Amino acid sequence: MRELKAVFRREMSGYFATPLAYVFIVVFLFATGAFTFYVGNLFEAGRADLSPFFGYHPWLYLFFIPAIAMRLWAEEQKTGTIEVLMTLPIPISSLVLGKFLAAWAFTSLALVLTFPVWISVNYLGSPDNGVILASYFGSFFMAGAFLAIGTCISAATNNQVIAFVVSVTVCFLFTVSGLPLVLGFMQGFLPQVLVQAIAGLSFLTHFEAIRGGVIDLRDVVFFLSLIGVALVINGVLIDAKREG
Amino acid sequence: MINISDLVKRFGAFTAVDGLSFSVEKGEVLGFLGPNGAGKSTTMRMITGFLAPTSGQVSVCGYDVATQVLEAQRQLGYLPEGAPAYGEMTPRGYLKFIAEVRGLSGAEGQKALDRAVEQAHLGSVLDQPIETLSKGFKRRVGLAQAILHNPPVLIMDEPTDGLDPNQKHAVRGLIKEMSADKAIIISTHILEEVDAICSRALIIDRGRQVADGTPGELAARSSYHNAVTIGFTQDEAPRALPELQSLAGISRIDEIPEGGELHYTLFAADKERLLIEEVSGLAQSRGWNVRALYAEEGRLDEVFRMLTTSDVSERGADAKVEVST
Repeated sequence: MRELKAVFRREMSGYFATPLAYVFIVVFLFATGAFTFYVGNLFEAGRADLSPFFGYHPWLYLFFIPAIAMRLWAEEQKTGTIEVLMTLPIPISSLVLGKFLAAWAFTSLALVLTFPVWISVNYLGSPDNGVILASYFGSFFMAGAFLAIGTCISAATNNQVIAFVVSVTVCFLFTVSGLPLVLGFMQGFLPQVLVQAIAGLSFLTHFEAIRGGVIDLRDVVFFLSLIGVALVINGVLIDAKREG
Repeated sequence: MINISDLVKRFGAFTAVDGLSFSVEKGEVLGFLGPNGAGKSTTMRMITGFLAPTSGQVSVCGYDVATQVLEAQRQLGYLPEGAPAYGEMTPRGYLKFIAEVRGLSGAEGQKALDRAVEQAHLGSVLDQPIETLSKGFKRRVGLAQAILHNPPVLIMDEPTDGLDPNQKHAVRGLIKEMSADKAIIISTHILEEVDAICSRALIIDRGRQVADGTPGELAARSSYHNAVTIGFTQDEAPRALPELQSLAGISRIDEIPEGGELHYTLFAADKERLLIEEVSGLAQSRGWNVRALYAEEGRLDEVFRMLTTSDVSERGADAKVEVST
């Protein structure tokens, strides 16, 4: 626990020791704003809700989260600091969890900083704040899932560009597998059970469900177990480095 | 305090470490020598738990590194090759992180940090990002990291690499100072360093141990062991040379021009013979005007070259043999 806290704090301070954190947050806020107001036409829709805002989250995360995750392990391997880290008396689980939780806390901070959008719609109308809160929770869990996948892939390579590209691809598959277009295409040749299973693995399916305003335990469990599986694989990949 | 038995590490078909066994006790400074690629870093990585051995055992202060890695790592300070550290952090932030991980908090942590900073002479750069520091300071940050918790076992991969002569001197002094109550292993290419700080030297080549002894014992294997060098002025030299040649049991005489003087190095066929006494006796009885006269303990670099053959060209030759068979 002590080690986990130390790793978490070091990672957190790492974000803010460089311009990375500030650049990321500013660009993320700008992008969410641009998509919500210009592409999503929040004002023109004339409805007081944040559906255009949250609708773009999976697609923004698709690029923003791998950008955060790509360096987590790849950079340690590139610079050799992983040798210091792995020869300190820190259990692998604390290393993996500490890094992941710090990155999740950081992306959550970026998410929380979108609050002016929420203030805007409350000023302009009277939206269902319960739905908005549920959507924020959904977005938070989805960010965690994207992040866990990206972190896991970062552990497999010492090249950040490879980590980024592979992460975006994998996350893309996890996202689009819920689109009606893709599911309809697969229905042509796959049995219904398999199509259902693939849809069940999609971030979109579960995020949409939560965005409806109901936090169903099954959706939360989906995201948390996906995070869990990715982190376990992450730990196995790191431990395997001892084999050389 | 460090026990290694039959340690083997293979990377695919390549055997990096091939059956090493040795132990290091408290108070010893073991100099780990070998050409590049001999397996020094790989061995150190196995001792510190960064790499798992293919076979064999490592124990640190009684803890088996394979099964009790965290306990073993608590007893260890490790400076990896190249002294990697987080570039965006300051030495203060970095060392605080290490202290926290090591369970040194509050006043105890501050005391440990102050001591390490003083020993590594880091005071002047404590609050600058590590990536902006010179190579020498970066190395010392790694050193401070390794000694922060005052560990009973210290493993350092090329601790003085990239330091200027003054810094080298300071780091050697520090290692000597700490050696009384620790077991220390350092790897180095610099043979004078072995003389300066190591109580014992272990030479490895292609993953195998080729020599183990005190620096003096190893130097005694050199052909220069007990060789005598005597120097004359240019005009006196021709008169003395025939007399030196006529000494019994001399196997070889090297002539070395040294400024305006000529130096002769005499090698006795029997290396244990105290040639210096005979040569100085001869010089006295002839009344030669001698400019220099000394006996050598032996040259470590010569022993090193004699024992290690795994340079690049040799490797290439081996590979060809493997292909053709």
